[in-house]
Amino acid sequence: MEFIFTLLGATLRISTPILYGALGEMVVERAGILNLGIEGTMLLSAFGGFVAAQLSGSIYLGLATAIAIGILLSLLMGFLSITLGLNQHVCGLGITLLASGLALFLFRIIYGGESIPPALEESFPQLRLFSGTILEPVFSQYVFTYAAFLFVPLLAWLLYRTSFGLRLRSVGENPEAADTAGISVFRTRYVALIIGGALMGIGGAFLSLAQLGAFTHGIINGRGWVAIAIVIFGNWKPWRVLAGALLFGGLQALQLRLQAEGVQLPYEILLMLPYVLTIVAIAITGRNASYPAALLKPYRREG
Amino acid sequence: MSLGLRLERLPSPLWLRAAIPFIAIAITFLLVSVLVILAGANPLAVAYELLIDPLTKNSARADILVMATPILLTGSAVALAFAGGYYNIGAEGQLLAGAAAAALIGQYVGDLSAWVAIPLMIVGGFIAGALWALIPALLKVRLQVDEVVTTLLMNSVMGYIISALLNGPWRDPVSGWPQSPTIALSAQFPRIIERTRVHLGFLIAAVVVIALWWILTRTRFGLELRAVGKNRDGAQFLGIRVGRTMLTTALISGGIAGLAGVSEVGGIHYYLIGSLSPGFGYTGIIVATLGALTAPGVLLAALFLALVSRGSLTASRELDVPVYLGDVIQAVLLLVMLAVLLLNRYRIRRA
Repeated sequence: MEFIFTLLGATLRISTPILYGALGEMVVERAGILNLGIEGTMLLSAFGGFVAAQLSGSIYLGLATAIAIGILLSLLMGFLSITLGLNQHVCGLGITLLASGLALFLFRIIYGGESIPPALEESFPQLRLFSGTILEPVFSQYVFTYAAFLFVPLLAWLLYRTSFGLRLRSVGENPEAADTAGISVFRTRYVALIIGGALMGIGGAFLSLAQLGAFTHGIINGRGWVAIAIVIFGNWKPWRVLAGALLFGGLQALQLRLQAEGVQLPYEILLMLPYVLTIVAIAITGRNASYPAALLKPYRREG
Repeated sequence: MSLGLRLERLPSPLWLRAAIPFIAIAITFLLVSVLVILAGANPLAVAYELLIDPLTKNSARADILVMATPILLTGSAVALAFAGGYYNIGAEGQLLAGAAAAALIGQYVGDLSAWVAIPLMIVGGFIAGALWALIPALLKVRLQVDEVVTTLLMNSVMGYIISALLNGPWRDPVSGWPQSPTIALSAQFPRIIERTRVHLGFLIAAVVVIALWWILTRTRFGLELRAVGKNRDGAQFLGIRVGRTMLTTALISGGIAGLAGVSEVGGIHYYLIGSLSPGFGYTGIIVATLGALTAPGVLLAALFLALVSRGSLTASRELDVPVYLGDVIQAVLLLVMLAVLLLNRYRIRRA
């Protein structure tokens, strides 16, 4: 029983950064933009947040910096893909390469060749609910984790219950019609990018300011790509994205646990499972997947 | 060609098109200067180390060819696919598939002569890369599943397969190090320039670039491929079998990317390791884009990026600028080039 609760706790922790990334990516894709910049955005946010927290001594300033970097990189993505109408996937990859390069370059300038970077003296603490009970291992989490779960209903409400959500979805499905109806396609897409970038930034900050309290080059380690897979797996719907993130986190937690127990098993199989499941899910749903219809298509007014 | 297809353009003036790469490079260096100054170095000195100094030394010139080899191949792979409207983001995974095949074949060809062993590795790597490209390509052609995300995800899957191989059956039994057994001597690529590390892979890459040029500009398949890339519905209307053309494009692209893996295993490392490729597949996307999806463009772009990479090694040693400057320049150049290319927007005349 305790094993299960510990596993659950680890699942929640591992799912957290991926959930932030996936929710951010989901919002952006719903507006018709595939942001392949997510991997680099999360990395540079994690880095910038760490540096700001270290220099200022304030983890809150660190968090704000991480969010600001997420938004700035998303605005760059917007400028290239919305305003200039450039190829979304090449821009996105370009941003990932740029942000990754910048993070490593600046790290080197600030911390020199030290192989072990200075860790934060104070990182975000865990919030222990139900302490002393059997549920303690499940609910010993960082604030980020609890907040991530609040973002799921919040985004569901935003997308499906507000007029902004309706505009956002219509811009992603049929920008021509949205434009005719008087909705600004450009502005709506920019707002979606800003929301998405902020969420990606929080995801990066969770790793460097809470879970690790330090920055390493491999801190994101493909979590951005996982988030993109989970958005598809979750069919662009908040609750199903949550399910996808938990599934991934669960597999990863299980893998860590089995490795720790010394179980002989190629753990890579568990790690690649989310990707394989996503590809299988795409293959099965195929044309019926609820891809935002205008995804990857820059919008230009005719005439 | 009697396809009735006329890919006519109304280009901007020639002088402008010729100037575009230089404009992009100039803007890139201006932007990056900020970082160089942050690092406490003189931008002009750094520009000299990056762009001029490597060309003045024999050893550095050879290094440029070595560094250009894998990205010439991935660049060609991506350029072919993109020209055909197939957005293969999966060159990285296809490269690793080719590398794994080369490492596997290379272990068992010790009794064969190099004339047999090396071609076996090349063919095997090509097939492995093509096979890894097959699943997303089939999903695209049969089910209209967008290839951008599937090819991207296949990269991660291949990364884990490689890791499983290196931590499992191929783990070095003596050192416990995750690297495959060394390939047979007969499978190791010969050096093609004395006293340098330039190996057979560069020759392969050169042949591939020429083949790319020939396919794109001199064959019926190339014309069909570009027609599909420009306008799928129009191509269908003209009687081109769009699905088959796209599938063939994707498989050749995957195969070429696989060759990049063969070349790194056969010419550089002689075994497979997890860090075989520092993202050559993604750099291939930069190369193809900078090269405007043409063979001569790919050649120039790959050599230029290799020059900057080689130069950033010296710059980091001599001027204490972090070596990652090279990566930043590549990415900035890509984004700037994309934006500057808008100057060159041409209109496609409908036939």
